[in-house]
Amino acid sequence: MTTNSVSLPNTRQRIRAALSKLWQPYRPVPLLGWLLAALVAVGLEQLVGLPLARLLGMSKIPALFGALVVLSDPILIPSVLLYMLLIYILPVGSVARLITSLTNKIAAKLMEYPIVITAVIHLILIYTVLFIWCDISDYRVLIARLTMIAIILTLSLNVVNGYMGEFSCSHPGFMSLGAYVASVFTIVLFVSENNFGEALLPPALGPVMFPLALVLGGLVSALGALLVAIPSFRTRGDYLAIISLAFMFIVKSLFENLEVVGGARGISNQPNYASLPVVFIWTVLAIWIINNFVRSTMGKALNAVRDDELAANAMTVDTRKTKMTAFLFAAFWAGVAGGLFAHVLRYINPDSFGIRKLAEVLAMVYFGGLNSVTGSIVGAVGLSLISEALRPLDIYKWIIIPIMLILIMIFRPTGLIAFTEFNVEKLFQPKDNASEGDEHVTA
Amino acid sequence: MSLLEVNNMTHFFGGLRAVNNYNLAVESGQIRGLIGPNGAGKTTIFNLITGVYHPTEGEILLEGENITALDPNQIADRGLGRTFQNLRLWRYLSVLDHVKMARYSKLTYGLVGAFFGTPKRVQEEKATDKLAMELLELVGVAHLADQIVTNLPYGAQRRVELARALATEPKVLFLDEPTAGMNPEELIQMMDIIRQVHREIGMAIFLIEHRMKVVMDLCEMVQTLNFGEVIAEGTAEEIRNDPLVIEAYLGKEVVI
Repeated sequence: MTTNSVSLPNTRQRIRAALSKLWQPYRPVPLLGWLLAALVAVGLEQLVGLPLARLLGMSKIPALFGALVVLSDPILIPSVLLYMLLIYILPVGSVARLITSLTNKIAAKLMEYPIVITAVIHLILIYTVLFIWCDISDYRVLIARLTMIAIILTLSLNVVNGYMGEFSCSHPGFMSLGAYVASVFTIVLFVSENNFGEALLPPALGPVMFPLALVLGGLVSALGALLVAIPSFRTRGDYLAIISLAFMFIVKSLFENLEVVGGARGISNQPNYASLPVVFIWTVLAIWIINNFVRSTMGKALNAVRDDELAANAMTVDTRKTKMTAFLFAAFWAGVAGGLFAHVLRYINPDSFGIRKLAEVLAMVYFGGLNSVTGSIVGAVGLSLISEALRPLDIYKWIIIPIMLILIMIFRPTGLIAFTEFNVEKLFQPKDNASEGDEHVTA
Repeated sequence: MSLLEVNNMTHFFGGLRAVNNYNLAVESGQIRGLIGPNGAGKTTIFNLITGVYHPTEGEILLEGENITALDPNQIADRGLGRTFQNLRLWRYLSVLDHVKMARYSKLTYGLVGAFFGTPKRVQEEKATDKLAMELLELVGVAHLADQIVTNLPYGAQRRVELARALATEPKVLFLDEPTAGMNPEELIQMMDIIRQVHREIGMAIFLIEHRMKVVMDLCEMVQTLNFGEVIAEGTAEEIRNDPLVIEAYLGKEVVI
């Protein structure tokens, strides 16, 4: 008995050591290397994916890394695993390793140019990978767009719930304001067969004006956020959570009773403006701006207000302005996400923005990690994929996701990756031996 | 005209009169002390002057300007910096960020700079970094700049709080029991730091203390407070021998 309990931590240590040894050759691979390797993998899938899938007994390429197969067709699990190994893991692993020194040299070279150029090169690579990956099926395009919208939503909620530490429940409300405003804007102006009459402008102008629709939606939802921001001057904690929840229901019943926008039936026929590149650009923009904000002293004032409001006030921080900024800023991005969401699904009704949406976003924020941009991205992507994987379970999905959330809350109360800074410069850096040593110390 | 003047300030908490007819005049560069038994209202007076509470009656003038009705952040911006009795640090912020945060009202890049990372913001943040490091150097915790503040020992946390208060560029620095909970060695160090800060920056200091040694060594003028009223005011030496002060601290001598 005693030997068993002693050897237990040893086994864990041994596993950790083995994993670390396995990871060792990949440590010096820079982001550029991983992206190029991923490019090779998705290219490979494009070329030989379908024949290989057929060979392994599947009717088509597993759309979401086999996530859908696990529950709907368990007998195919081994083939999916083999497929994953042959198409993704082996090519990515070997290519990344093969081009390590080359990509490190390129990354070091890129460091000499302004960060903007490096960032654009990385973004183009990421988009190319995404585009080729999505080219396989329309389902992937849909999931990719919804996931990116989830990232915007999660990040913006993290500004209030994580960075400012207020438990706000009004995000679906903000989202629906943005969704409805953007939808009405594009439908009235650019769609002919609708309740509002003929299109007022030539439809060709639509995609150009679409950013305007999104910004308008964002601004309207920021205006709505005043209803939550002003009470926040005097109330904190549970009471503010209740106020924000009330706001969500007010907005929902507002749209349920507004016959102009279809009442409970909702509004449909939105033009197909939210294509993959459009959503991608908005997501990058949201990450960039939100990350800029939370890393500035103005943005860190949110943390100061959260951790000790009285001290923040005594140190010249305008706490009212800070709270107002946080709520309006978060609501703006929720509105933009709502506008994109409406134009991806091309149908919305008040029910899309109810308590279920709230649970989903909250889960993403708390799963990924409070006070962390990286955490929000991980949370949004992770839960989107899990939620798709659990789709065959129908309504039971809503038992499993909350249970996962409870477990996270118990074992990691602040989420997977919490309280970290998303340092873009560091991300692009070459990883030579010098930085390798650093990582060892922190690990 | 004094740098900071408080005239006939009275404050009620409900029916309780916490401060009664309090007067204060701080000259520039002066170090003043405020002593008194527990519950005498010392911290309340600090909170009233720095705007946490607004006095029921009376007025507060900083350089002749009435600041009685202003919010704490505005008062801090005009030049009343403070520390707290039980450290009020921000749990998840680094030492450097603490000091930078106190420059909030001096930053001019605005929300546009915060959102888009304009060159102006980069430049201002860099300048703030430099200034914050200098202040941390001054109080002797520059080597801890990247640490999260909760990981620091108590003495270092006190110093961070002092550096943070200094970053607001105070004309009068309010120190609420700067040596509370310190051992004799830390106490000497803290007094040295206060002296050095006073010498190098030269602002007026108004401090609450319990330890007579600190008050005697540092303060030119001392007020003694009991039940919200000033019962004695004078140099440290005068205060020490004042019978009213002795009574307030030790009680009346009873002859049996």
